[in-house]
Amino acid sequence: MIPYAINIVYFMLSLALILAFVRLTRGPSLPDRVVALELIASIVVGYVGVHAIDTGVSSLLDVAIVIALTAFLAAIGFASFLEKGGTKND
Amino acid sequence: MIDLIVSVFLLAGASFMLLAAIGIVRLPDLPTRMHASTKAAAMGAMFIMGSVSFYFSDSVVFARAFAIVIFILITSPIAAHVIGRAGYFTGTPLWDGTVKDQLRENYDPDTHRLLSGFEGSSENSTTPTKTDPPGQP
Repeated sequence: MIPYAINIVYFMLSLALILAFVRLTRGPSLPDRVVALELIASIVVGYVGVHAIDTGVSSLLDVAIVIALTAFLAAIGFASFLEKGGTKND
Repeated sequence: MIDLIVSVFLLAGASFMLLAAIGIVRLPDLPTRMHASTKAAAMGAMFIMGSVSFYFSDSVVFARAFAIVIFILITSPIAAHVIGRAGYFTGTPLWDGTVKDQLRENYDPDTHRLLSGFEGSSENSTTPTKTDPPGQP
């Protein structure tokens, strides 16, 4: 039962990554792109969790922790860059 | 039984993440997009980490997955707040159908100061003090 569910979940997460990438390329302003990047990082965290179940390697959860941490730092950095006066509308 | 729980949690988490992605494509402006992406994506990550801890059934893995969930629950609202604040300061346009923007009446975009509307004497306390649109510092 689990392999079928893992296949379906891989498909759904890939579809979610494609949709978030559409917003990343189309987003009219820079904060929209930052939101899309944060969503992509969150989806990748889920992807790593599913991959840990798929391969049976529980050490991959450390990768998920690091990805979540870097996504948070990137969001904070982009926000401070915007507030300090970056490009208003790219 | 464990297989059923793991499969259901995985499918639920992936559904929430797909819902977040659909919302970030379909919704019209920045705050509604953040509304879709932050909460639903955090919920999806929580479900997937729950399925991971059920699948491995190990205390170390459970502690790690729990740490990831706590970290996501702490950082996701902070990041959403900071990005929304920056987006409002840089004058990202709101949706055309926006009914009420309470910050616009009381927020001074030059000094980054939020007024409460009750600064003056108590007689004329209900008049908004500044009605400039945000984003032109």
